[in-house]
Amino acid sequence: MATIIKSYEPTFWDKLYFPALLKGLMVTIKHFFRQKVTIQYPDERHIPPDGYRGLHRLNKYPDERIKCVACEMCAAACPSNCISIIPGPSPWDDGKERYPVRFDINLLRCIYCGFCEMACPEGAIELTEIYDFSNYSRDDLVIDKDGLLGVYELTKKQNYYTKKSHSPASLPFKTERT
Amino acid sequence: MGIVQGDQMILNIGPQHPSTHGVLRLEVRTDGEIVSEIKPHLGYLHRCFEKHSENVTYEQVIPFTDRCDYLASMNSNFGYVVAMEELMEIKVPERVDYIRIIMGELNRIASHLLALGVYGLDIGAFTPFLYMFRDRERILDMFELTCGARLLYNYMWVGGVSHDLPKDFEKICIGFLDYFEPQIKEYNNLLTYNKIFIERTADVGVIPADVAVSYGVTGPNLRGSGVKWDVRKDEPYSIYDRFEFDIPVGEGQFGTLGDCFDRYWVRMLEISQSVKILRQALKDIPDGNVHQALPKKIRPPKGSVYRRTESPRGDLGYYIVSDGTPVPYRVKMRSPAFTALSCLDEVSRGWMISDVIAILGSLDIVLGEIDR
Ligand code: SF4
Ligand code: SF4
Repeated sequence: MATIIKSYEPTFWDKLYFPALLKGLMVTIKHFFRQKVTIQYPDERHIPPDGYRGLHRLNKYPDERIKCVACEMCAAACPSNCISIIPGPSPWDDGKERYPVRFDINLLRCIYCGFCEMACPEGAIELTEIYDFSNYSRDDLVIDKDGLLGVYELTKKQNYYTKKSHSPASLPFKTERT
Repeated sequence: MGIVQGDQMILNIGPQHPSTHGVLRLEVRTDGEIVSEIKPHLGYLHRCFEKHSENVTYEQVIPFTDRCDYLASMNSNFGYVVAMEELMEIKVPERVDYIRIIMGELNRIASHLLALGVYGLDIGAFTPFLYMFRDRERILDMFELTCGARLLYNYMWVGGVSHDLPKDFEKICIGFLDYFEPQIKEYNNLLTYNKIFIERTADVGVIPADVAVSYGVTGPNLRGSGVKWDVRKDEPYSIYDRFEFDIPVGEGQFGTLGDCFDRYWVRMLEISQSVKILRQALKDIPDGNVHQALPKKIRPPKGSVYRRTESPRGDLGYYIVSDGTPVPYRVKMRSPAFTALSCLDEVSRGWMISDVIAILGSLDIVLGEIDR
């Protein structure tokens, strides 16, 4: 049994508690007139800085050739094994032999560590600033190659959240309920 | 829990209870409102961190250390990379050391702010919680700017850090510190010297120094009991020996030495000390390349290492055994919050249920780290 000692003796004045309450209220009332720090979430959104680690994208060259050469370095670096790639011979004639026929990322397994981005020798896979991509089913959160290329189109010019028309519905994969 | 007698009752607090700080179940044997025994049930957040580490490469362990102490991920990273560097005998560039200390101390402030704010909330003071979260948010913004994540950073790597500091980080950080220091006074006015708060915490849940030491309690909880032990000073790692700072210890100014108030107060004082370290580090930080010492392949020689570091919760140790392959043979983590929780039973016997909440909050446990 722990020893219970009572050495703190509040005075009568302390025991009224009222002065303590008023003192606290003074601080809060001062804050009432200060600038607000909250944002009204779905209407206003936090704009993440460049380099934020959110939803992935697959980059393309200006001539529409996909940068990825299906070397699977990203899949090897991934600590949560969430990237699966099926390589195939490249249909373009530019010296790079392979390209990904399928490229799936399981967004539910991903821990957004950024290792894939660092491992890629071609600068093909990147994490973007998109953070609100919640969805209704687990299957819809396995994003495929078209989805990843779509995210590239969405974010290549400017930050997704500085666009006027950003909304989950504009994401390149299914986001409605079925 | 054995036989329940006459007036006794077994009460479950948690796992879904706001003041258990995570997913923890306390089985409390009460006699009226007096607690006679507490049995914490752990494991709700168990993710096999240690076993998992044996199946991924050394660098892939780092994101998982983030998820142990998720309120101080930088410090969890820090411990692991310092241990790994000792094992591989890597010397990191000066700039990396400075960046790590800046990040570690910022994260310590953020973690303490959360601990203090939530402690106020446990006891019934809602406003300080909002103010402290407001300021913690600015620290998270700085982390976001640096490494792209707000909570789970994966920032410190073996031999370096993942990104160099952004362009005007020093300015932003100094700006934050200038704004933040007067705020500490405000917290004190609002919460620390509030008579109601003092009455709830002074004399409550006294951990005498010998009990704290015998349970292996570390960090602010140990220092609250008046023992001056801080790994940053007593067994310096990285470049902590270059900075000037004090180790605040509890004095029992309102009640007995080692009560809840002392633990709270030590954290508050530590925030000011971290600010002091930050100012020194920001002044002296040299230029350099942060990626220069990153090894191409992490394949430590056969052997083992144990390194302890000071996380906001206390003495965080990593024991790493290497068998010469790129995958660790064993990674063991010594969790400071686990030892702090282990003394809960002894400390809270004889107190009322409402005081148990105050004691638990003052220990500042993180279940992600206890369950691993
Ligand atoms: S961010 Fe990390 S977990 Fe996610 S796909 Fe890339 S490497 Fe894998
Ligand atoms: S994204 Fe990069 S690392 Fe991954 S397969 Fe393509 S080229 Fe290789």
